[in-house]
Amino acid sequence: MRDRSLSSQRLVALFAAALLLFNFPLLALWDHDLLVWGLPLFPTALFIIWALLIAALAVLMERLPD
Amino acid sequence: MLSPPLVLGVSFAYLLLLFAVAGWASRRALQGRSVIGNAWVYALSMAVYCTAWTYFGSVGRAASGGVWFLPIYLGPMLAMLLAWLVLRKMIRISHTYRLTSIADFISSRHGKSPLLAGLVTLIVVIGIVPYIALQLKAIASGYHLMTAPAGQPLSGVGPWWRDSALYVALALAGFTMVFGTRHLNATERHEGMVAAIAFESLVKLLAFLAVGVFVTWGLFAGPVDLFARASAQPELARLLTLDQGKPFPYAQWGALTLLSMLSVIFLPRQFQVMVVENVDERHLKRAAWVFPLYLLLINLFVLPIALGGLMYFGDRGVNADTFVLSLPLDAGWHGLALVAFVGGLSAATGMVIVEAIAVSTMVCNDLVMPLLLRLRTVSQRQDLTGLLLTIRRIAIVAVLLLGYVYYHLAGEAYALVSIGLISFAAVAQFAPAMLGGMYWKGGTREGALAGLLGGFGLWIFTLMLPSIAKSGWWQTGFIEHGLLGMALLRPEQLFGLTGLDPLTHSLFWSLLVNAGLYVGVSLLRAPSAAEASQALLFVDVFDRTRSSRPVFWRGRAQLADLQSLTARFLGALRSQDLFEAYAREHGAANVAAIQPDAQLVHHVETQLAGAIGSASARVMVASVVDEEDLAIDDVLRILDEASQLRAYSQALEEKSQSLQRATAELRAANERLEGLDRLKDDFMSSVTHELRTPLTSIRALTELMVDDADMPAPQRQQFLTIVVAETERLSRLVNQVLDMAKIESGHAEWHSSDVDLLALLHQAAQTVQELLRERGAVLVLELPTTLPLLRCDPDRLTQVLLNLLSNAAKFVPETGGRIVLRLLADAQGVTVEVQDNGPGVPAEQRALVFEKFRQGGTGSRQLQGTGLGLPISRQIIEHFGGHMALRPDQGQGACFAFTLPWAGSSNGAAARPRAQGEAS
Repeated sequence: MRDRSLSSQRLVALFAAALLLFNFPLLALWDHDLLVWGLPLFPTALFIIWALLIAALAVLMERLPD
Repeated sequence: MLSPPLVLGVSFAYLLLLFAVAGWASRRALQGRSVIGNAWVYALSMAVYCTAWTYFGSVGRAASGGVWFLPIYLGPMLAMLLAWLVLRKMIRISHTYRLTSIADFISSRHGKSPLLAGLVTLIVVIGIVPYIALQLKAIASGYHLMTAPAGQPLSGVGPWWRDSALYVALALAGFTMVFGTRHLNATERHEGMVAAIAFESLVKLLAFLAVGVFVTWGLFAGPVDLFARASAQPELARLLTLDQGKPFPYAQWGALTLLSMLSVIFLPRQFQVMVVENVDERHLKRAAWVFPLYLLLINLFVLPIALGGLMYFGDRGVNADTFVLSLPLDAGWHGLALVAFVGGLSAATGMVIVEAIAVSTMVCNDLVMPLLLRLRTVSQRQDLTGLLLTIRRIAIVAVLLLGYVYYHLAGEAYALVSIGLISFAAVAQFAPAMLGGMYWKGGTREGALAGLLGGFGLWIFTLMLPSIAKSGWWQTGFIEHGLLGMALLRPEQLFGLTGLDPLTHSLFWSLLVNAGLYVGVSLLRAPSAAEASQALLFVDVFDRTRSSRPVFWRGRAQLADLQSLTARFLGALRSQDLFEAYAREHGAANVAAIQPDAQLVHHVETQLAGAIGSASARVMVASVVDEEDLAIDDVLRILDEASQLRAYSQALEEKSQSLQRATAELRAANERLEGLDRLKDDFMSSVTHELRTPLTSIRALTELMVDDADMPAPQRQQFLTIVVAETERLSRLVNQVLDMAKIESGHAEWHSSDVDLLALLHQAAQTVQELLRERGAVLVLELPTTLPLLRCDPDRLTQVLLNLLSNAAKFVPETGGRIVLRLLADAQGVTVEVQDNGPGVPAEQRALVFEKFRQGGTGSRQLQGTGLGLPISRQIIEHFGGHMALRPDQGQGACFAFTLPWAGSSNGAAARPRAQGEAS
């Protein structure tokens, strides 16, 4: 039971982090007109943050008890 | 361009393939080897979220607004982060109470109100029509693009029977009917449909990725080249940043994210695949991250395709919504264009099929059936299953035709994305009543009705009407000047709220009013019994197991009535199965023996709810049973009973567990006791045996002396000496047995004091001096010069030392006997060793020397002791917290050793006076 509530708290925390990362003002951090490795910074940053969130979610969800 | 027969042929071949997939999945399901009982398939079926809007519209959006196509997919990511907490609860509630649609969910939660279910259905139908129109538009314009000569615009000219969109709508309606309404199922699960949808998700993803790869590496030299060339053009470079030179509208960004976050749960088709079609809650664990991953992949090439298309076509005026098709077509890659078209077809058909099935279920269960059941002719009919299916089929056709009409009314004026967002805003209105209902017990029927009406009314006024007006079907005056000319009532700046785009503006007002009314009106009165009982069942769904779930029903029912009711809606066969299963589960001998109690009524109602919706099921069940109205007190009492029952069953379980534990302990104790009993018997037989030996010799000698009165004095003297020795031995034995018994039972008296161990050893050596001289042995003392005082009982310790020394003396050889008494001291305590140079202890006896009546040695030597000396010595040493052992035999005689800790006796019997019993 304690395990379960801990996982829930982690999921909520990840949700809060995602909410902050995908909105003003943290989103504006990436808003520069430049290319990184030949890719535009802003869309690249968005996709990388997104991918990292999916990875974190995958780790949390796959370890959940049944 | 491609020839129309080719495009049509490929499209139909693809649809046939879908049928094949669905048919295969259905057959597998019948064989019990379901293909959809799999987290991957579940995740893929969730991707029905990606429609023609994603497939064609994202690129169009990206071509005009850069990253603005993304919030619609970031919202689902956020929603999936909470899927395990929110979606799982929704699934649990829906499966437990057999809810098959959002309308059912909301109405069931708020007291099973038919009115509420009807309102939700109405909102769904009106809200979802533009979305279906969007799919029709995408397929029709895609088909046109594929087959018309380049540059010719898609126009509505020509008679309606030549309009491809109409045929698309009708074909999809037929297709959906075959998928969704072949037979009636009490759980509304569609195995074949889910498999087909998952397959479509794969097709559209692969097709879109293929186009993306083609544009990025075929038309350009990879992403670096593409972006470098795009950055060189200022009007394209601006698409790659967030603000695009203007102040960034964060409110709109946040609103789009929120909107899509709600839509991904509350869109009817999402609810259908995620909640209703879910096979196992645990699939959510994987689907929650695979679905966002799918969204990420399908969005990966949106920007490259948009930028590539803009650069490729330049100012040739090609609509960016069609880049996915027009790029490969224009570059001469006709095969790829056909694949892309099939991908778009997948996206559109998948959405239409699921949406139409979900909406038709709602229309049938929550709008048409409640009205039809009021008619006597209908409610008296014996078998309603055929009627139910017919209503659903008609509903499917009607929904698609409505979509077609909307497509003609407004479809031309809007981009794909804008049409879709109107639908998103409509279904977002379900959020307060759904989420509020799942987590707050105070929501009432009126609250939900008021919230939905308010929110939906504002949605119509601020979003729907302006969209129709802007399409040119109405004068736009009211948008600019407000309703009735009142500036405060301008639909896109309601109450003078400016600075927001129309969508954010509408979402803000409608959700604010919706949530405000839901909470506010709910708080006007306490929930009724029906509302409170449903609230408890919904909010605490995880707290209850099947057996302890309360049934909020009281009254009288007849088994036959319930049977005929079920048969009317589910068919005779299914009804029979259902009752037989119920009988088995509840231990009834046969169907006739089932008790028509609250449990059965509840079961029947739940099963009916799956087929005709919970509100209609409630009405139908109420019509055949004789039930009492529950007051709120009754609800609380039933709940109390249920939780008491649960507490009892928990307590019972705990009791039986502790009983099991106690039984195991008792069994172990019994085994120990039996062992001890055996030991006691052994001990008794040993003692009596030991006593008999001296007694026999005493008796024999005294009898000789009695019989022979003339025995010579010296011989009589000799006999008497033996008798005295044997009696001494007897009394020694008796004393030792007593001593042993006292120590073992804990009744022995101990008299501890600070003892000078060196003095004690010297004294013991002195005592055995005479014995050793007789045996011709020498005693060597290896002692340190000084030693701290040790706390123990000196007399007992002397007893141990004498026992060890006399034992050693017994076993030394006749000549050259040598005994070493050694003392070693360290920080923990002292070790005393007694070593002789006798034969040592044979290996097979080493384990036995400390057992009672086990004497070392062989032959005559066996008789020299009582066999209790060593066991008693060991008991004494252990009493003082030390231990005694036989040192490993090194071939030079036995070496007995004991250690005593400095801390001394832990048993604290020091204060007691010494016992009278004398030990040898």
